[in-house]
Amino acid sequence: MRIKADTGACVGSGQCVLTEPAVFDQDDDGLVALLTDHPDDQSAAQARHAVTLCPSRALSILQE
Amino acid sequence: MTKNVAGLELPVERDCPFSPPAAYELLRGQAPISNVRLTSGGEAWWVSGHEEARAVLADGRFSSDKRKNGFPLFTLDAATLQQLRSQPPLMLGMDGPEHSAARRSVIGEFTVKRLAALRPRIQDIVDHFIDDMLAADQRPVDLVQALSLPVPSLVICELLGVPYTDHDFFQSRTTMMVRRTSLEDRQRAFAELRAYIDDLITRKESESGDDLFGRQIARQRQEGALDHAGLVSLAFLLLTAGHETTANMISLGVVGLLSHPEQLALVKADPGRTPMAVEELLRYFTIADGVTSRLATEDVEIGGVSIKAGEGVIVSMLSANWDPAAFKDPAELDVERGARHHVAFGFGPHQCLGQNLARMELQIVFDTLFRRIPTLRLAAPAEGLPFKSDAVIYGVHELPVTW
Ligand code: HEM
Ligand code: SF4
Repeated sequence: MRIKADTGACVGSGQCVLTEPAVFDQDDDGLVALLTDHPDDQSAAQARHAVTLCPSRALSILQE
Repeated sequence: MTKNVAGLELPVERDCPFSPPAAYELLRGQAPISNVRLTSGGEAWWVSGHEEARAVLADGRFSSDKRKNGFPLFTLDAATLQQLRSQPPLMLGMDGPEHSAARRSVIGEFTVKRLAALRPRIQDIVDHFIDDMLAADQRPVDLVQALSLPVPSLVICELLGVPYTDHDFFQSRTTMMVRRTSLEDRQRAFAELRAYIDDLITRKESESGDDLFGRQIARQRQEGALDHAGLVSLAFLLLTAGHETTANMISLGVVGLLSHPEQLALVKADPGRTPMAVEELLRYFTIADGVTSRLATEDVEIGGVSIKAGEGVIVSMLSANWDPAAFKDPAELDVERGARHHVAFGFGPHQCLGQNLARMELQIVFDTLFRRIPTLRLAAPAEGLPFKSDAVIYGVHELPVTW
């Protein structure tokens, strides 16, 4: 699985961090920072969930 | 477009304190987006479906600028609108790049990590007010005055960096502002707070504190010009957006749990369930229904209707959060539902800036309250409580509890 985060669209809601802290973080300015763009099997489902929760549609799945 | 429910004008009050008005279901049953008449005059689009609510709120063609001609008057009355028009817009009423710049200057203060550092302080605040409750020589105690209002007020003191010696002043004035008292009293409290905050920011401009406003001031200086009025407005926005909302959610959360003992038992048995219980209570009560009104700035095809530029759109977060297409058995309060896709904090670029602060406050309050006062119960039947059925933010005026 490969995911992408668009910091230009991010509005710093933190929803992704709450959902899967092993994959998503926020930098000091509050914008999304990926800890990995290849979530492992353990994190994949939650990462996918985070993509649907993001209020600004800043997250996308590049490859399942 | 067909007029959906004959004679219906919105807003309408809840028929039952624990569920949306019956009209919401009728409207949603007919179409996810429909045309409705407003009590304030005129018509607007009413968005009932969960998917459609998210689509509208995430779509930049809908404006949040309440000063624009044609903005639907739903929970906003003409007097408030007049006031908004006379002041520089706040983040809540901005669009596009202007909104993004305003929001980006503060989101660093509300990250999950930064808020976690506030946790011990919030725990102290909550414990302090529960100590007072336990020491009270009279029962029942009104939970609204004893806990729901003071906790978020003091948390905002932390955010704004209000010195300890001013906490009592700050708390009494913020409480007065949302009390069922005369307009005169509320306006006086508002004016006193405004003057206080103005003065507080001025003091911070001559210090160099490492708190939210200290950092804002340093950043603004670095970028060129200090915007004193903008900082005062930001402080006021955080106060007005974060105080009454959180307070009402604390009260309603307690009512919700105490009147669903089997759900409360689940939470008490495993506090690990509290975060999901908070999400479910946010969904179930959706206290800020209707604040998410918008104005179409272009023609938009959405949810099977064509909305024309200049038309008003009201996104009902409460209806969306009770949409059976998105939540199975929405009328059930189910702390194990595990659903985080509710829109109680809105959706799109304006989704609540303080949501993770609110979540933390609610989690700490519910955990601590039911751990320290396990026999807590309502001192009056839930159905008879004075619910704020006609207010912009839903809640209860008073909540007598005993133990
Ligand atoms: C349970 C408590 C709360 C609820 C239900 C709530 C609800 C909401 C909703 C629905 C919006 C979106 C409005 C729109 O789209 O037009 C919003 C925005 C906002 N909220 Fe909250 N809120 C809560 C607590 C807080 C707290 C604690 C703070 C800060 C201390 C806060 C600060 C804000 C701000 C600044 C905005 C504007 C964001 C923007 O325009 O980008 N809220 N809130
Ligand atoms: S959920 Fe979306 S908007 Fe929120 S922090 Fe993550 S990427 Fe940004």
